[in-house]
Amino acid sequence: MELALVTLLNGLVYGMLLFMLASGLTLIFSLMGVLNFAHASIYMIGAYLAYQISQMLGFWPALIVAPALCGAIGAAIEMYGLRKAHRNGHIAELLFTFGVAFLVEKGVQMIWGLAPVPYRVPAELNFALFTIYGTNFHAYRGFMLLISMLMFLAIWLMITRTRIGLIIQAALTHPEMVAALGHNVPRVFTTVFAGGSALAGLAGVIGGNYLVTEPAMAFTMGPIVFVVVVFGGLGSLTGCFIASLIMGFVQSFAVVFDVSLADLLAHLGIAVSPENAFAEVLTLPLPRIAALLPFLLLILVLIFKPRGLMGTRDT
Amino acid sequence: MQTPPAVVLHDVHKSFGLTKIIQGVSLAIPCGQRHAIIGPNGAGKTTLFNMISGLVPPSSGAIELNGRPIHNRAPHEINRMGLSRSFQTTSLFHRLSVFENVRCALLWSRGYRHSIWHPLWRQHELNGTAERLLDRLHLRGRRDIAAGLLSYAEQRALEIGITIAGGADVILLDEPTAGMNRNEADHAVALIRQVTEGKTLIMVEHDMNVVFDLADMVTVLVYGRIIASDVPGKVRADPQVQEAYLGSPVA
Amino acid sequence: MTTVVRWAGNIAGDPGIRSAARRYWPYVALLAFTIVLPWLFYDWSKARHAGFVVSLLSQMGLMIIFALSFNMQMGEAGLLSFGHAVYLGLGGYVTIHVINAVRLGQFWLPMELMPLVGGLSGLMFSIVFGYMVTKRHGTAYAMITLGLGELVTAAAVMFNGFFGGEGGITANRILKTSLLGLSYGPGIQVYYLILAWTVICVLAMLLLTQVPLGRMANACRDNFERAQFVGYDPRMVRFYQCALSGFFAGIAGALYAIDYEIVTFDAVSAILSGNALLMTFIGGVGVFWGPIVGAVLITLLQSWMSLISNAWLIYVAVLFIVMVIYAPGGVAGLFMAHVPIWRAGRLSALAVPYLRILPPALIGVAGFAGLVELTYFVTIGSGQGKTLNVFHLAINTSSPAPWLLASGLLALGTTIALSQRRAFTTVWDELAEHIRTKERG
Repeated sequence: MELALVTLLNGLVYGMLLFMLASGLTLIFSLMGVLNFAHASIYMIGAYLAYQISQMLGFWPALIVAPALCGAIGAAIEMYGLRKAHRNGHIAELLFTFGVAFLVEKGVQMIWGLAPVPYRVPAELNFALFTIYGTNFHAYRGFMLLISMLMFLAIWLMITRTRIGLIIQAALTHPEMVAALGHNVPRVFTTVFAGGSALAGLAGVIGGNYLVTEPAMAFTMGPIVFVVVVFGGLGSLTGCFIASLIMGFVQSFAVVFDVSLADLLAHLGIAVSPENAFAEVLTLPLPRIAALLPFLLLILVLIFKPRGLMGTRDT
Repeated sequence: MQTPPAVVLHDVHKSFGLTKIIQGVSLAIPCGQRHAIIGPNGAGKTTLFNMISGLVPPSSGAIELNGRPIHNRAPHEINRMGLSRSFQTTSLFHRLSVFENVRCALLWSRGYRHSIWHPLWRQHELNGTAERLLDRLHLRGRRDIAAGLLSYAEQRALEIGITIAGGADVILLDEPTAGMNRNEADHAVALIRQVTEGKTLIMVEHDMNVVFDLADMVTVLVYGRIIASDVPGKVRADPQVQEAYLGSPVA
Repeated sequence: MTTVVRWAGNIAGDPGIRSAARRYWPYVALLAFTIVLPWLFYDWSKARHAGFVVSLLSQMGLMIIFALSFNMQMGEAGLLSFGHAVYLGLGGYVTIHVINAVRLGQFWLPMELMPLVGGLSGLMFSIVFGYMVTKRHGTAYAMITLGLGELVTAAAVMFNGFFGGEGGITANRILKTSLLGLSYGPGIQVYYLILAWTVICVLAMLLLTQVPLGRMANACRDNFERAQFVGYDPRMVRFYQCALSGFFAGIAGALYAIDYEIVTFDAVSAILSGNALLMTFIGGVGVFWGPIVGAVLITLLQSWMSLISNAWLIYVAVLFIVMVIYAPGGVAGLFMAHVPIWRAGRLSALAVPYLRILPPALIGVAGFAGLVELTYFVTIGSGQGKTLNVFHLAINTSSPAPWLLASGLLALGTTIALSQRRAFTTVWDELAEHIRTKERG
């Protein structure tokens, strides 16, 4: 029971982190039709910048500066690269973001090296917030939850209360119409791209020291964020939110329960002997299977239910 | 036994969300007829075409081709059943040459399917048919040019050519003379008349000269409803049609 | 910049005008060259082949097959796949198990036909996976293949029997089952086996661009809606085309297994899939021989540049990005764009514009390379106790001088090159217009 509650909280934290990343990506994808491979790369840049800035100035300045820099980088990518690639079609845009992701990974490797960097939780937040059933709930996780909730609130307010938010809402479901109505679509695009990148950067700042900060982090996080976006459905931020939480819970629970299908079968009285042809699959512990789950989900959703949970458009 | 009409629409409705585009259209087009569908923009003419050709399913109602229901079939299935269409915005294989475009349009009807065993350069009968079709389209001189590089009128001619190449006997043409000047439109009409000889032709058009030149019957569609369906002369004289679409007669 | 290329109906060029050997002598010469090539590096004093060269050429051969099979999807059918290595890898794993089985005497199969084992298993997997994966196209297809690639890599850890875990599966390729009496122990014999199969595969894939399926794959790529209205179901066309591309990828996988005598997770990895994309795109997706050029180029870069600079991947990444924006037709596309101008006899008109734009561009590139190398050295190289040498001149990376020089070259070079761009484009467009009006006649 205690385990469940703690895992639930962990799942919530992870899910909110995922939402920070996925919300930017789903906005970009829904609005511009571009699958931004480089999104997770900007998350990585955010983490590394935060590390670098914390070394020089401390964590709190990093919290402000790193996302801002990431936003600027995003804007630059959109204005000087993506827009030009757009002329050559959707596949060219995809290839461009893929190239950027590739370049960023190599660049990060070059500048900071191949090994993970010691980006640590700041001392001020390095304590146990409270204890549940003997397990500590770390203050930093509380901080992460706080920041992600604030972000969620900010996004929600912006989308529903500001003019540009209204335009984005419209463009999410009917992008061509918005252009036809005369709005400065390129400016909207750049804003969304920059905003999404800033969010990804922020996720990197707070997630980089919670998880590990290394050159492969974009590559490991990227596909999971794609799954969330596709699962939640294009054109729906709510769907994205729900999908992020579900993914967060599933991943957290899967890692904790070290059972396999064979164990389950044993409970039912069926023994799986080592000679069984399927023994290899059945004796796999759940954490191992958990690694597969996001990709399986991605494929199944895209093939059978392209609208995902709450999407308004097909992928 | 009487041959069934080429195309029949039974009380077809179509809504996109809450917007009603087609509101109860019923129409029967006999084999061999040249039928024009006219109406103001936004009347739903292209939507009607899209439903008949299978790109969009009707919200309710039934559509039949030569007596067989087609409203729940995929576009390629409908095409194989004998219906072919052209598009308002030219829809060609823009990177393939003119000749290749025509040849591709012939492949399925000549039974080649997804073959990997028939080198195309050795299919003399196929190639000969394609060349003859090119001649009819007056595109022989542009044979090896990529379709995307043709002039607008040439592309429209090629579009018509691809539409009829497969030998479909029900042809849907969506604004075939759009964007053409008088001269080009006349050529196009002559071509259409020639290649649709003996076939059923359903045409969406805005150019009244073309309509009255080619059509045996005219249907007027306004706000998703048919307000008139008769021979051209009677439709031209219908006051409702004049009010909705043609404008009052000039003295 | 306007394109002058006339796509003559298909990617390879219409062989409908087949005539005598006169047409084919360049290809025969090329083939002769590849047969003779290893001998140019032969060490006559020690009566030994240059192992490095033979190994490199062998790798090029199988990468050519891999890249061409990838282009069956990308260039021919317009399908971007991020998981193509799955078919190479699985084909390789099956082949290496078969090699081991033959070695143990469980059945007889000549080494010459071993690549077919890879091909058939690649085909089987591409049919099974492909049936689901080809339900979609475009961006969704790209994502599905990405997921599939990751899924296979993740699943590989689960099936130790077949995949052999982290260490992979090894084999000894000396089987004594050859139809020609060869052992295939020496690398040079493997090279000729790979060369033979490369020629077979190139010809086969070339032929497949001239059959109804291949042509309709092109058509579906250009306009799938129109393809429906000439009677084809684009989904089935995609499926068959992908299945065939998996067949050839599997052959490449078998050759991989034979050449390296080991197959590990690397063979199904996303990195290898990315490699296929890189090779094909940089070589050129719009021309049949583009991926061949790309495979040769990237393999060369991989071996040669990695010796010179550890940051070579950064250069490849930048090259890739620049090409996506400015030269999406790849190297082959750039080459073919000049052919109509050459045919019109006006190629010399481009001499001066190129002279004006290339040197500054090269200076800019040199500046960029300088910065990259300096950064790389500062972060990684110095830790290894090396000194940075350019043309045997030791560079002091802690002083600002080299940094300023490199930045200066980069800034100067790119500014001048960009300023010349307008003039270059004008000349190019004029030539394009001239040729078009000549054609219009």
